Amino acid sequence: MSADRKIVLNAVHREMGARMVPFGGWDMPVHYGSQIEEHHAVRRDAGMFDVCHMSVVDLRGERVREFLSHLLANDVAKLKTAGRALYSCMLRPDGGVIDDLIVYYMADDWFRMVVNAGTTEKDIAWMQEQAPAFDASVEPRFDLGMIAVQGPNARDRALGLMSDDMRSAAAGLKPFNAATDGHWFVGRTGYTGEDGFEIVLPESETEDLWRRLAAAGVRPCGLGARDTLRLEAGMNLYGQDMDETVTPLASGLAWTVAMDGERDFIGRAALAAQKAAGDIPRFIGVLLEGRGVLRSHQKLLDGEREVGEITSGGFSPTLERSIGMARVAADAGDQLQVDIRGKKLPLRRVKMPLVRNGKAQIEL
Amino acid sequence: MSNIPSELKYTKTHDWVRDEGDGKVTVGITDHAQELLGDLVFVELPEVGAEINAGDECAVVESVKAASDVYCPLNGEVIEVNEALADAPETINSDAFDEGWMFRLQLVDAGELDGLMDAEAYAEHCENEEH
Repeated sequence: MSADRKIVLNAVHREMGARMVPFGGWDMPVHYGSQIEEHHAVRRDAGMFDVCHMSVVDLRGERVREFLSHLLANDVAKLKTAGRALYSCMLRPDGGVIDDLIVYYMADDWFRMVVNAGTTEKDIAWMQEQAPAFDASVEPRFDLGMIAVQGPNARDRALGLMSDDMRSAAAGLKPFNAATDGHWFVGRTGYTGEDGFEIVLPESETEDLWRRLAAAGVRPCGLGARDTLRLEAGMNLYGQDMDETVTPLASGLAWTVAMDGERDFIGRAALAAQKAAGDIPRFIGVLLEGRGVLRSHQKLLDGEREVGEITSGGFSPTLERSIGMARVAADAGDQLQVDIRGKKLPLRRVKMPLVRNGKAQIEL
Repeated sequence: MSNIPSELKYTKTHDWVRDEGDGKVTVGITDHAQELLGDLVFVELPEVGAEINAGDECAVVESVKAASDVYCPLNGEVIEVNEALADAPETINSDAFDEGWMFRLQLVDAGELDGLMDAEAYAEHCENEEH
């Protein structure tokens, strides 16, 4: 992709004061004035994110469940009721992560997937390569947009703007479930560690919904706040925390890999071999005790020995400390230091998530 | 457009310099710079007593987005730093040209001040960078 593509809401973001940056081939809002205030709005009230750059892909066919059972590292057999969502990685045969995604069970011959922006083209190409063996079709839905509404008051504000039928279906949703009405698709999912909805709707209706949400007191939030929120919530970011060169087992995502039974999914043999070898790098949460800011690619030290690096780092507005995720050697000790511009600063290992539903999960 | 006080001098790397007389100057980053950086969360200042050359990296400002080096605008010795920034780096966001000052220098040659940009030239420099 050469030029940065413009999402449909581009002009609306600019009108609302957004500072725009290139991201995954798109021209996206990074913040609308203060990233920290946007972050707090989501933790304390309600905020919204334009996630139209992410892609919805519909997978159809009589054998679509069998197709996904082979394609994904997590097991779609866990999806027993319509609307249920599952987080999974899609792997290369060598175990490297092609993408992480959410897949929804819509009907026996229809599953819906939401994949990352920067990986969309390769994801579709990969799936189209695998699908014919299962007579399944892979249909990118570039006609659909998506708005994430997140925060303790997000669902209430959003429900008030839905059609009667959509509202009655969405109001009763349990976490990680979705409902549809006409062309609208509402999931009780998100990427912030807060309650909320991700609303998929015809792209032509996104501007109207965005404006009505803003009028209802939902604060527009940029990619900056989205990143600090997901980092506090301990959620991985594709391209930073994992990519095609690492496996989910080395990325804190072992919980998303269903290895029970004999299911033959792409990458399984490689993961089994990595497990057998037994020296899988560990993926950990870290907190910087003193002042400074953790950033991706900063080196981690165990004494004089370099044992890994920060994969995602930043400032946590909730904790008012710097936090991060890191990949370290299997035999790294617990007393780690980070090299920030030549200074070695002590790190504390912490359990993710650090913030959940507005509350810090650790003592500082 | 951000605020550019006319009594200050400026560098291309978005520092401002205030002439305090007797070869002393106060240095900070401009309102334009803080706006580009976003919410500041950490500031690393030079040591008092350090002798720094113009163009050297002498401080770091980190926002929620990224770390950015601050280059020393003139040759001189650091005589004072704004300790209050350690606890309140966001002061630079709210008041870049006054409370958000970063450090003071005793210049080697006060005449070097004349080599810096005035407000008008700096405004033009910012304008050109936008395009």
